[in-house]
Amino acid sequence: MTEQPLLTAEDLRLSFGETKALDGASLHVWAGEVVALMGSSGSGKSTLLHCLAGILTPESGRVGYAGRDLSAMSDTERSALRRGEFGFVFQFGQLVPELTCRENVALPLRLTGTGRREAHRTATEWLERLEVADVADKRPGQASGGQGQRVAVARALVGRPRVVFADEPTGALDSLNGELVMKLFIAAAKETGAAVVLVTHEARVAAYSDREAIVRDGVVREQEYVR
Amino acid sequence: MTRLRTWAFEIGLGARMSVAGGRAGWTRLALIATGVGIGVAVLLAVATLPTALAASNARTEARTENIAASTDLPRGDDTMLIGIATMMFRGDSVHGRMLQAEGSRPPVPPGVTTLPGPGEMLVSPALADLMADEPLLAQRWGARVVGTIADEGLSGPADLAFYLGTDTLTEETGHRIAGFGYAGVEDEGGVSPVMLLLSAVGMVVLLMPVMVFMASAVRFGGEARDRRLAALRLVGADAAMTRRIAAGETLAGALLGLVVGAVLAVGAGLLVNRYASGAMSFYLTDMRPVPALVALIAVGVPAVAVLVTLSAMRQVVVQPLGVVRLSGTTRRRLWWRLILPVLGVALLWPLKDGLGGSSGVELQAAAGVALLLIGLALLLPWWVEATVHRLGGGSVAWELAIRRLQLDSGTAVRAVSGIAVSVAGVIALQGLVSGVESTIGGEGGSDARPFQHEILPRADLPDQTWITALEKTPGVREVQTVRSVYGTQDGTSVRIRIGDCAVLAAFAETAGCADGDVYAVDVPAGPATYELSDDTTWTPPTANHEVAATPSYEIYGPALLITPGALRGMKVPSAETNFALNLDTADPDAVEHLRNTVATLDPQTLVSEPGNATVAATMRTIRQSLLVGTVVLLLLIGASLVVNVAEQLRERRKVLAVLVAFGTRRRTLTGSVLAQAAVPVLIGMTLAVGFGSALAAALMAMVEAPVTVDWFGIGTTSGVAALVVLGTTAATLPTLMRLTRPGNLRSE
Amino acid sequence: MSVSFALLGLLENGPRHGYDLKRTYDDTFGRDRELHYGQVYSTMARLLKNGLVEVEAEPGVGPDRKRYAITDAGVTDVAEWIGRAEKPEPYLQSTLYTKVVLALMTGRDATDVLDAQRTEHLRLMRELTRRKSGGDIADELICDHALFHLEADLRWLELTAARLDRLASRIRS
Repeated sequence: MTEQPLLTAEDLRLSFGETKALDGASLHVWAGEVVALMGSSGSGKSTLLHCLAGILTPESGRVGYAGRDLSAMSDTERSALRRGEFGFVFQFGQLVPELTCRENVALPLRLTGTGRREAHRTATEWLERLEVADVADKRPGQASGGQGQRVAVARALVGRPRVVFADEPTGALDSLNGELVMKLFIAAAKETGAAVVLVTHEARVAAYSDREAIVRDGVVREQEYVR
Repeated sequence: MTRLRTWAFEIGLGARMSVAGGRAGWTRLALIATGVGIGVAVLLAVATLPTALAASNARTEARTENIAASTDLPRGDDTMLIGIATMMFRGDSVHGRMLQAEGSRPPVPPGVTTLPGPGEMLVSPALADLMADEPLLAQRWGARVVGTIADEGLSGPADLAFYLGTDTLTEETGHRIAGFGYAGVEDEGGVSPVMLLLSAVGMVVLLMPVMVFMASAVRFGGEARDRRLAALRLVGADAAMTRRIAAGETLAGALLGLVVGAVLAVGAGLLVNRYASGAMSFYLTDMRPVPALVALIAVGVPAVAVLVTLSAMRQVVVQPLGVVRLSGTTRRRLWWRLILPVLGVALLWPLKDGLGGSSGVELQAAAGVALLLIGLALLLPWWVEATVHRLGGGSVAWELAIRRLQLDSGTAVRAVSGIAVSVAGVIALQGLVSGVESTIGGEGGSDARPFQHEILPRADLPDQTWITALEKTPGVREVQTVRSVYGTQDGTSVRIRIGDCAVLAAFAETAGCADGDVYAVDVPAGPATYELSDDTTWTPPTANHEVAATPSYEIYGPALLITPGALRGMKVPSAETNFALNLDTADPDAVEHLRNTVATLDPQTLVSEPGNATVAATMRTIRQSLLVGTVVLLLLIGASLVVNVAEQLRERRKVLAVLVAFGTRRRTLTGSVLAQAAVPVLIGMTLAVGFGSALAAALMAMVEAPVTVDWFGIGTTSGVAALVVLGTTAATLPTLMRLTRPGNLRSE
Repeated sequence: MSVSFALLGLLENGPRHGYDLKRTYDDTFGRDRELHYGQVYSTMARLLKNGLVEVEAEPGVGPDRKRYAITDAGVTDVAEWIGRAEKPEPYLQSTLYTKVVLALMTGRDATDVLDAQRTEHLRLMRELTRRKSGGDIADELICDHALFHLEADLRWLELTAARLDRLASRIRS
């Protein structure tokens, strides 16, 4: 295999007090693939995701993205990276409650300097794509949980990131809404060519991935990448 | 009975919850207690003022002599001659009396056991300290200090006073008294309606923001409490029970606040006793608050706190699975918010042509001011909402802030209403003060003309003695003799002064004066005959110019100024001889040297200074206290803003963490927090400047001063307010930084 | 067993040829396992013998010209079968349980057994998910049914993996 992974974690270690959240975790994510990080609660899968995304800095080990060392970057540089190259979907409560759904989706674009009108036009397209155009001018509080998550997915993808980090994106939804969110999410990610790191404990959600990696006691058991 | 018991349990449960909430709970309780405590301390100070002032006044009266009755008093074994030797030092007035016993049983002033003999003096402790620090003052009276005046003979610990023993007084130069203690007249002139108005408005302006502050203090951490109550609803508490539990929580904070307030008030009392000067210096024993007011505070503050909590809870429905906020769904209405301001205007309108003489107008004015200020606090939420809803998008930071305000401007407005009310009040007060100043003439020292200082001797010393002594005084450039006669024409009392052109220029605009000119000030020119105090008449030379008085002398009323050449040998009736001095005003010690010379020759001599020194000094004191008050108020408001913003940040930590996760710059977040704090403040400030200026105009009209806009006052006050906002934001930045550390996301 | 009832049920809508019957069955039920012709004819022969179907001869030659129709007894049987609850079958666990216990007893890594099984499960689930995403509502329902079953298996796998220590100490004691 000549192609290099886009995102790598090598021997990450991180403790919260007495608890070892990561104890030598390694992971490789190739461009455009969907990797499911699975494991029970407290296995360290969310911590691993936060390290990969540059939200947390591991005590030792190295996180690499496109040949750059994330651990060596300043907070500002990592922020810029998150702004420009990454997207995020969390379980719930991630939308800014004061802004309308359209403004929420437009936010990443505007943070990278796109003009208001242009950002709103693109945001509208994404809302249509995720079948939530009808809540565009409502606040997140007025949309349903499933709609809110689809708005969040639109916001994660609107900037055409190279990696989307999704932490239990369907965790707060029933299975019908969860399936819909996953179907639209993965289809859209595949279309834009974004890699997805998907943290979940649900096998049916993980089934949307290309391969899985099992996190247990802070260590990753990674399934081999096959092109 | 059982109902009472369950109620008691619920309120007790609330109180327990307020202390058992872990660190967050303690913080919240501490904040409420501090906020309420500061308010209570201010209220206690206000409640203490009447008794403290009364005690101080009682002592002042006890040492005051009935001079008016002295002419009828025969000399006796129990009489005494006194001389009024009160004199200024720097900006402070030093109460002084010359004492000369006429028999074996002379009256003794309070605080004195043995009268000082000639060449001896008794001083107050404050004066003793000052004399130790100021050699210039120590040499003034040339007497040996043989003791101090005890507390019961002083108005307060900072009172500057002395009794000088003497044997030089005569029936002409002194006043005969048979005892001390006279309540007939106030020491420093009566309290004018203007001063009453000033203090009434000042009280309102001071207390309003304190009220607003306390009201917002008891709402600290309200959202966390609502969530806690929601958990209680889940286990079966009904809506009424949650209200009682909330009341119990607030009550705990308010009661603790009372304790904090009492402690703060005692501390403030100790500081006042030690450091305060002038009229605000009191002994510890003076500072006993009025019991009825204390009772009112002790009952009223917790009651108001509970009422505020309950009214705040009317806007939320605490459901078992969360809190439903009703605000935002109902648009604020305007009409009822206009009632109070309109009432205020209605009260103030009849007073626009001056206060008049009738009693109770001060009350009416104060009520009008209070209504307008409360009205401002009521109008503000509507105003902010109406304005914010018209604001559109902009940068991301701006959009975040504006959308937040559109969703819920209530929290922001609560913090700002205090600032707006105080700024409006302070602008009004400053306007009033400058109005009063403009009616009493320019402030001292602003007039650069020579011969502004005048010596009015009382003892009968040869003119040459004075002239020699004055010319030798450091800082005196030139001494001129001015003779004064008081005459009355058609009921108008006119002061007739005779002096050189150079001297007369100090009294009126006598440009182009030549020897032989006669000037009429505020009286018609032309021939006139005056009745003199000894029932004779005199016809001075005819005035050939009508001129205006100089600013310093405007308040002395009509005058006739005669150059010696105009008299042409005319006989002048018995006249007082005064000395006008060209003083080196650049040297601040010059006037002190002058006073030293005067005190050595005749301590009773009056040194007249340019302008209305005493009133100007009072105004300066008021301005200074106003400034201090403003700063304290704004700090108070700043503190509550900090708490408010920090709390809002904490409640939004999840959203903030997510914003940081997908790469929002700190700059953007900081900008949004700043805009969120600044926009309501700006809106509030415009409203406050409008209300304040209108109020100032109304108050100026009341004291019959020309209505002007005090741009300086407005500028400084709103500038300081803007600084408070910036400082607030700066102070909350650490919280913002801590909350937006990306790692915070994992706590969810 | 269920194939014969399914074929019988398909005849309720009208008589069909054997070939037609196979196509309909495959379209409706047979996503994972298509029927062989032989299986259809042998099943029909058994049903014919039991009197549940009858043959309508058509003019022409050859076995393909046989049309099958359901008898009244057949209809009763189908109704009875549809109304009868299925016996819950603990089908997979018993085998896997045996494997895990054997691994532990023989000192092999039981986690590997579970991980291998999970990978296999997920592989199948991915395939079903893909098929579901591309198909119509009928595909979706069928795939979801399988997915939920597989998910339940996986949950058991996860739980077992978490309890391996306890299981090991029990077995070795």
